[in-house]
Amino acid sequence: MTTRSLMERAGTFLGLVLVALIFGALVGPQFFSPGNLELMARQTAIVSIAAVGMTVVIVSGGIDLSVGSIIALSTVVIALLLRSGADPAVAALGAVGAAAVCGLVNGVLITRLRVVPFIVTLGTMLVIRGAAKGLADERRIEAPVTWLNDLLRVPRGSSLLPSGIWAVIALALIVAGVLRYTRFGRHVFAIGSNERMARLCGVAISRTKVLVYMLTAAFAGVAGLLQFSKLSVGDPTVAIGLELDVIAAVIIGGGSLLGGRGTVSGTLIGAAIMTVIQIGCSQKGLANWIQQIVTGGIIVAAVALDRVRSADLMRHH
Amino acid sequence: MTGPSTAPPRFEMRGIRKAFGATTALAGVDLSVASGEICGLIGQNGAGKSTLMSILAGALAPDSGSMFIDGAPYAPQNPLEARRAGIAMIYQALSLAPHLSVTENILMGAEPMRFGLLDRARMRDIATRALADLGHDDISPDAAVGSLSVAAQQLVEIARAIAVGCRVLVLDEPTSSLGRADVERLFDLLRRLKAQGHAIVYISHFIEEVKTVADRFTVLRDGRNAGGGATHEATHDDIVALMVGGDVGDLFPRSPRSRGEAILEVDGLQPGSASFTLHRGEVFGIAGVIGSGRTRLFRTLFGLAPVRSGRVRVATFSGRASPGARWRHGMGLLSEDRTDEGLALGLDIATNLTMTRLSSFGPAGLLSPSRQQSAASAWIERLQIKCAGPAQRAGELSGGNQQKIAIARLLHHDVDVLLLDEPTRGIDIGSKAQIYRLMDELVADRPGRTPKAVLLVSSYLPELLGLCDRIAVMRRGQLGEAEPVGAVTEHDLMLAATGGGSGA
Repeated sequence: MTTRSLMERAGTFLGLVLVALIFGALVGPQFFSPGNLELMARQTAIVSIAAVGMTVVIVSGGIDLSVGSIIALSTVVIALLLRSGADPAVAALGAVGAAAVCGLVNGVLITRLRVVPFIVTLGTMLVIRGAAKGLADERRIEAPVTWLNDLLRVPRGSSLLPSGIWAVIALALIVAGVLRYTRFGRHVFAIGSNERMARLCGVAISRTKVLVYMLTAAFAGVAGLLQFSKLSVGDPTVAIGLELDVIAAVIIGGGSLLGGRGTVSGTLIGAAIMTVIQIGCSQKGLANWIQQIVTGGIIVAAVALDRVRSADLMRHH
Repeated sequence: MTGPSTAPPRFEMRGIRKAFGATTALAGVDLSVASGEICGLIGQNGAGKSTLMSILAGALAPDSGSMFIDGAPYAPQNPLEARRAGIAMIYQALSLAPHLSVTENILMGAEPMRFGLLDRARMRDIATRALADLGHDDISPDAAVGSLSVAAQQLVEIARAIAVGCRVLVLDEPTSSLGRADVERLFDLLRRLKAQGHAIVYISHFIEEVKTVADRFTVLRDGRNAGGGATHEATHDDIVALMVGGDVGDLFPRSPRSRGEAILEVDGLQPGSASFTLHRGEVFGIAGVIGSGRTRLFRTLFGLAPVRSGRVRVATFSGRASPGARWRHGMGLLSEDRTDEGLALGLDIATNLTMTRLSSFGPAGLLSPSRQQSAASAWIERLQIKCAGPAQRAGELSGGNQQKIAIARLLHHDVDVLLLDEPTRGIDIGSKAQIYRLMDELVADRPGRTPKAVLLVSSYLPELLGLCDRIAVMRRGQLGEAEPVGAVTEHDLMLAATGGGSGA
């Protein structure tokens, strides 16, 4: 790792420390109590896991606006499967599988029709949302209570984190490893950094892109699993607009919408920054509108800082 | 050059110097054009034509030298000021808005207003008149520019320059995408503009065109005035002699080579009309001007552009090709466009260098970054690439060092056939010399090593003559017969590449 990339990561992390210290000072020492920290971890889990998937798509130079709808669809699929008597594990796998199919559709449309990802996923965002609503008959779907409802709960009498958070950590580590230690990961960076070079070097561009969108969608499916666990119903209207929080987490974490840049660790810190602001504002009793203004300001500031860093790079060159 | 005349020239450039870092692009160039005169500007690639015209157009500032328009000092700070002073550039890539109408394009940025709103009736009148002045009232002022032919679009761009009052017109390779009839019409138009008193600079690789349309010509070579005069007094050969000049330094090593097995066979390949055989142990050169189809030929061979007809065999492989398949067949391509295609400038050196052979760094899709970096380090050392280490971003290096990384990719893959497209363009002389040595080593007889085969495209003729064993010339999309290097001179190649005017 070069000094520069270390500094970049440190920059995002310092941002998190700064935001946390500010709210710590505003709210008081209880802001850093184990209970509060765990609350924040739980709150950030859904956006985090979707953002880990989104990191891959953004590194490849693409974008996926359909993740919010995919989350909603997964909650509906789980609820329907549970209601029809399926085993919870089967229901969970079914939801992630349905999500991956959505990603397959995104990837095939993008590579076959050669329409830009923004437009394709803007379309499938509506299509998948519609499908979720149709599947649920435009209602919330009640489901029998199983262990799936406990993913974000702390086991009784234990000081351990909820299993859902462990799952987020494990999956984040896996994706970080895939990006760095596999050929697929290096191909994703190559395509995002310079697709023409990737083609020249014989990278199977279409196949890689389809896999990228499937991976991102599958991670949205896992986010849907956590969402279901939180709500304990299948809700086709949940997570509307959540894709924007997910993208914001990646961008704050140093991902570039131009592709070729982004890290899982940065994304997780980006998601954490947004959660700290949300929880900090609500615990300080600040209105929701202030919270939105602060979050929006942070997004623009993070990208503006990034521009300054890139400009330094170009001057150096 | 600047012959004495009663009126001052329309524009004059005196002693223009410009350096980029350590490279001197212009070492004191003079150029002047009178009103009602067409001056051809000629020179090999890299002779300084573009730099000189960028200075005239205000896009670059000269290091020293002076410029005058109608005798008054002229020092544009930016292209807009040059435009206001009446200088118009017509580039090969036209700058028009394809979705807007001819009228809107002609009056872009100079729209007549009435009561704060566009005066559309007057706009249409001005555009109609401008087109009529050019003798082209056949173009409808209401047509969308994107729906017009390239020749008509070029006319719209010229009409725009005239309509906003430009008096000096610079045309850069204006015929490169025109057919024979359109070229004639363009020449008629230029003569008409000349009669109206405009000063015109005409840049072209095609000497016949310059002789046909220009009154005078100026030749640049290595950033200096190599000569010039009246076009009717100079022969094609005279002009070529000025372009190529004399001496070539001893940059080009030539170890003993022996022609081995045929490793690339091309038979009736279209596009390119190419038929040739490349053997191990030889460098095969392809000469020709930019836009003649050399790069297209390489892309077709490499599976980046479709084959229309004909056969290509690489070692024992024939049939359909993709870049991935070509790398497996033992063929590698060095792109002419280092920054847009050759490298991913945002990624590290090691990734760029090893991208085609990541499978060698671990089993089953896995990859060990440390092994990748040590492989890259070995090449960095061997090719003396100046960098902080294999993890540094490629974009932070100089052009010459970037090019060495792009070439090292082919070496690391250990390909047998190297397609090198302008390998030394825009890089420093030290890196150039090193790349020349490297190419010689690749094809030389060495005990215990099988020589490689190199197919080289270059616009720099001394390089082709110094490195190649055989050279073929590409002109207007057709590859000619290959000649042994001893049988051709720079002069012959330049004649073959630029001769015959615009017709095919």
